Amino acid sequence: MSPTTPLIKTFTIDGKPVSATEDETILDVARQNGIDIPTLCNLEGLTPTGQCRLCMVEIGGTNRMVPSCVAKPDEGMEIVTDSERLLKYRRMIVELLFSERNHICAVCVTNGHCELQAMAQRLGVDHIRYGYLHPRFRLDGSHPRYEVDHNRCILCGRCVRVCDEIEGAHTRDLRNRGIKTLVITDFDGRWGESATCTNCGKCVHVCPTGALAEKGKSVAEMAKQRHFLPYLVMRRKGLKK
Amino acid sequence: MTSEEMSEKKATHKQEKLRLATIWLDGCSGCHMSFLDIDERLIELSELVEMVFSPLVDVKVFPEDVDITLVEGALGTEEDLHKLKKIRARTKTLVAFGDCAITANIPSMRNPFGVEETLKAVYLDKEALNLQIPVESVPPLLPRALPLHNCVKVDVFIPGCPPSADTIFFALSELIAGRTPNLMDKTRFGA
Repeated sequence: MSPTTPLIKTFTIDGKPVSATEDETILDVARQNGIDIPTLCNLEGLTPTGQCRLCMVEIGGTNRMVPSCVAKPDEGMEIVTDSERLLKYRRMIVELLFSERNHICAVCVTNGHCELQAMAQRLGVDHIRYGYLHPRFRLDGSHPRYEVDHNRCILCGRCVRVCDEIEGAHTRDLRNRGIKTLVITDFDGRWGESATCTNCGKCVHVCPTGALAEKGKSVAEMAKQRHFLPYLVMRRKGLKK
Repeated sequence: MTSEEMSEKKATHKQEKLRLATIWLDGCSGCHMSFLDIDERLIELSELVEMVFSPLVDVKVFPEDVDITLVEGALGTEEDLHKLKKIRARTKTLVAFGDCAITANIPSMRNPFGVEETLKAVYLDKEALNLQIPVESVPPLLPRALPLHNCVKVDVFIPGCPPSADTIFFALSELIAGRTPNLMDKTRFGA
């Protein structure tokens, strides 16, 4: 760091003067200031990865958009979190997520508790302009307590991160690339036969949709409980100090 | 529209009722049941619109010059597609009424498997007498169940499975008043 670089950076978000420390992202600062940037893959307590691209913001003076969950602000930046252009791309992202898999809200265990469904409503997505792909997936119901339905997965990677970073098991990962990406258990085995899974259920509860659910839940019954996550992270930070 | 606005409209436009039609294609009739759930407000509505075609009235042929048509259900068969094209040609404001019309919803659950495998699973892989896939007097299935807007222009979308009675009444009131309803604070996919 050069000696002239200030430790506190000052800049604006939607015209509001704000400041950030060295390690804060644009999203962190926006949230501290009550500015609600839409996100899907982001979850407090997990490393941000910028996967879903919903949190893209505009930087004044450039044509670029950056994912605010991973981008750090610079001194004097003018950041815009809401514009016609951003709304256009955010809608497009949500519509593409719906078109890629078989998200049928009416029969989903997470109907009414789903972050994708709520995001569509928030962004005014009342139909999907793209053709649905209707891929065919096998469900994995081999675990005694939980199940995976890839039809409802948006590949946000929260389950992968929580298993690795919080539980420390790294049972989950992603295979393939692009549209063929799939969340897998161990080396693409059946969940019920996993040698590493601790049956903790954290992946189920951080999942934003009905892709991971407890068995035996019917339509709209699978509300997710996430209060454990910031608590665990806080306690661990406390222990390290 | 408020009830005052509505009674005003009733008084001034008694002679010029809007022509309303409703139909269900590949759907379960649930959206129509929800439409009936607007209860006594149906009477207010009947002062403003004339129901010119619907499963709820006894008219066999879809008429010309319809102002608003609510279409429930996805496109599941060639017959559905044929009907929808006719409806589009004869309707000013075509409304995709409910999730099946908008996303193909439940009917689309056959799409990953294809027509042949679906028919086989439903009609042949069972314990029953005289197993056969019906072909006489039934329209052929489309390769995939489709949302309406994949085949014709849709003017208004009312998400929900089904949309609530209040949502339907609000949407219709706005359309009758000549406005495009903003429904996203009232309903969503799967509502």
